[in-house]
Amino acid sequence: MANNAKIVKDFEAIVGAGNVMTQEVDLHAYSYDAAVLPSQTPSVAVRPTTEEQLAQVVRVCNEKGTPFAVRGAGTNLSGGTIPPKDGVVVLTGALNEILEINEEDLYAVCQPGVITAKFAAEVASRGLFYPPDPGSQAVSTLGGNVAENAGGLRGLKYGVTKDYLMGIDFFDLNGEMVTSGSRTVKCVTGYNLPGLMCSSEGTLGVFAKLIFKLVPPPRASQAMLAVYDDILNASRTVSAIIRNKIMPCTLEIMDNVTIRTVEGFRSAGLPTDAAALLLIEVDGHPAQVQDEAAMVQKICKEEGVRTIEMARDAAHKDRLWQARRDALPALANFRPTCILEDATVPRSQMSAMVDALRRIAKEYNISIGTFGHAGDGNLHPTITTDKRDKEEWKRVEAGIDAIFKEALSLGGTLSGEHGIGISKAKWMVDETSPATIEWCRGLKAALDPKGILNPGKMFWG
Amino acid sequence: MSDIHELIRLLGELDDDLVGCMRCGMCQAACPVFAKTGREADVARGKLALLDGLAHEMIKNPEGVKERLELCLLCGSCQASCPSGVHILDIFLKARAILTGYMGLSPVKKLIFHQLISRPKLFDSLLGLGSKLQGVFAKPVSDVLGTSCARFHSPLGDRHFPHLAAKPLHKLQKELDEPKGSSGLKVAFFPGCMADKVYPQTALAALKVLRHYGVGVFLPSGQACCGIPSLSSGDESSFETMTAINLELFEKGSFDYLVTVCATCAATLKDVWPVMLRDPELKVKAKALSGKVLDISELLVDKLGVAPIEAAHNGRKVTYHDPCHLRNSLKVTAQPRVLLKANPDVEYVEMAEAASCCGCGGSFSLAHYDLSCEIGQRKAKNIVESGASEVATSCPACIMQISDMLSQGRQEIPVRHVIEVYAENLS
Repeated sequence: MANNAKIVKDFEAIVGAGNVMTQEVDLHAYSYDAAVLPSQTPSVAVRPTTEEQLAQVVRVCNEKGTPFAVRGAGTNLSGGTIPPKDGVVVLTGALNEILEINEEDLYAVCQPGVITAKFAAEVASRGLFYPPDPGSQAVSTLGGNVAENAGGLRGLKYGVTKDYLMGIDFFDLNGEMVTSGSRTVKCVTGYNLPGLMCSSEGTLGVFAKLIFKLVPPPRASQAMLAVYDDILNASRTVSAIIRNKIMPCTLEIMDNVTIRTVEGFRSAGLPTDAAALLLIEVDGHPAQVQDEAAMVQKICKEEGVRTIEMARDAAHKDRLWQARRDALPALANFRPTCILEDATVPRSQMSAMVDALRRIAKEYNISIGTFGHAGDGNLHPTITTDKRDKEEWKRVEAGIDAIFKEALSLGGTLSGEHGIGISKAKWMVDETSPATIEWCRGLKAALDPKGILNPGKMFWG
Repeated sequence: MSDIHELIRLLGELDDDLVGCMRCGMCQAACPVFAKTGREADVARGKLALLDGLAHEMIKNPEGVKERLELCLLCGSCQASCPSGVHILDIFLKARAILTGYMGLSPVKKLIFHQLISRPKLFDSLLGLGSKLQGVFAKPVSDVLGTSCARFHSPLGDRHFPHLAAKPLHKLQKELDEPKGSSGLKVAFFPGCMADKVYPQTALAALKVLRHYGVGVFLPSGQACCGIPSLSSGDESSFETMTAINLELFEKGSFDYLVTVCATCAATLKDVWPVMLRDPELKVKAKALSGKVLDISELLVDKLGVAPIEAAHNGRKVTYHDPCHLRNSLKVTAQPRVLLKANPDVEYVEMAEAASCCGCGGSFSLAHYDLSCEIGQRKAKNIVESGASEVATSCPACIMQISDMLSQGRQEIPVRHVIEVYAENLS
């Protein structure tokens, strides 16, 4: 890269030499994220430690026309943080301050590099609740959560990141601060820019400050584990629970492949002959919880459950949850490569999707374990394979194509919570329309005329 | 070996292990080094990616990879929290050996490992001499902590270090080969270098407890180091030499379990010896021995039934630090706490982040003392905030590090091995 030496000097002047990385070994460590995709080594990595430094870094990249990508914890599952060729990686890890938690107005202001779980724990210590709980929350950053509109297990009842983002301050390509949203519950001042920034995958602006809504935590909860001989009955249970106006905070499903893999992993005594497990948890006021738990139990029985186990205490609840917590680790341990998809369908189509996944696994001779958020139709078909086996890898790729085609034909969407990034860009037009792609490209071009902010993502498949 | 193709070929042999990392990045939450530096190359995912990059010729800088690889405490926290179950410690140890084979061992390390530590008799007599002379070079800082600092500019820098024992264990206790005692058990005892040369009181406390419970002891003389300092520097040949000496010694006895008072030694004997030894005959012996290795607290709680007693509320407050190698490698966390709660004079208090690393990491603290201190000071802060008047742990290396951290902060909170706290109440 021609201006490498110059841009390094500029960065060093802004953030200090210790926060600029140029050595091959340091840069190689920013060439990937959690998606199974080819890596791309950046030319420089820079770690601003203040908001002002972040603005200056953006300004320098723009002046030089150097492409750059902003990176939090690099846990992206669609390649959104894989840097552009000859590009710069801007790290948000040092911008990790919780600036304010307001217990009267129920909001918090954070820098983008704050770790999700640390934030949730700090909020909980004040007797409040920040519900979004993506699987990577122990390491993921709030900036990344906003960029990807991260979901999690609580999506059905509590919503996802976008439902908590009240306001966002971000830098435009000139490093000028754009402010949007508010600390108030209601705000209609101008365009809904927080809505635009949420799931923009780092292509429209560089986040500086995030304002999140906080809610009071539920006072009680009841978890239960239901075992089914027929996945159709499990699926009917999910529909019946919702039809009966009950909103569980957790409504998770595991199919037979996943049950068997988890049992092989931990030997916890799971029924390996069962077709499906549902992990259901209701929360709220103690009286409501008691009431709803009884109703859920009744519904499960009506829909042909084999057995249902109610958590007696915290330790028992923890045991019931273990199988669901083990789902991904167990599948990941099973074969060297693990591809976690998140094609999502309307809730009513869940059993059709599960059937289709079974058919696809057979047709392409690949192993798919399915678990996920049954309550919101956000399944995680998880393909276990070995990417070094070229012949099998071809079948895996064809199988993934078939999964997305199926999800779309059922009225679903390509991605419930992992984002489009690089890996799903090629299917975007199938879910939307050529005009949609053009409109979004036009928007991007107006805000980023040089096309340097995380280029090649979402609409360039 | 200085042939880059040979280096690539050897790293290629790690491919089956490396491919298991799905780059999820969950190790970022566990790594004490990453918590301080925030650099991806310092966390397990980054290090594994670097090895993969070197093996696939995407990186052309083996020196740089070796340097990043060595910025690691080998605490195993990443492995314990890895969703894919990648054998990260095995990979790191093998890779360090491969890269050291390619680049060679530093002359100082060569001297220490080849000429000194792997020759137990010479090592013992040199340190015996050191023990007599140490007063000339070191001046005491804290009687409570038993720490000193250098009188002159020294390679130990600003450390507050423990004295070498006036008399090491092998001078205080002759070799033993007792019959099974009243418990019906007999154990081999592996004190390890630190409990032999620096903290013999720990080893003596263990022997006292074993006698109390009627456990026969096999303690052969001439034990060598467990080998982990050499191996973590990539020196497989000294590691193999020392392991061979030890395996031969222990082969001569018959015993139910092999007991240690050092978490690092225990993890090395149990998990590292069977995997890392190259000699097939030694490997078979190490595998047979592996199943018998226990931390002293496991023996007392799991095999001899020591249980907590009614908590004393007017007792002195003691807290516990989880050594990484006990927690992450042996999965032992409850038993040492039980031993503390079994002392009627102790009111046990849990400190915050008891499971986080103290920052020692053996030779890591020599090469990266500043980082080691940053990590260790957080541990010291948690200890002070727990309100405990004493800290107990199960690894002499942790004792040394924590004493240094507390001593530098002028916090006179004694640090002792769990077994010493437990033993004080036995007649």
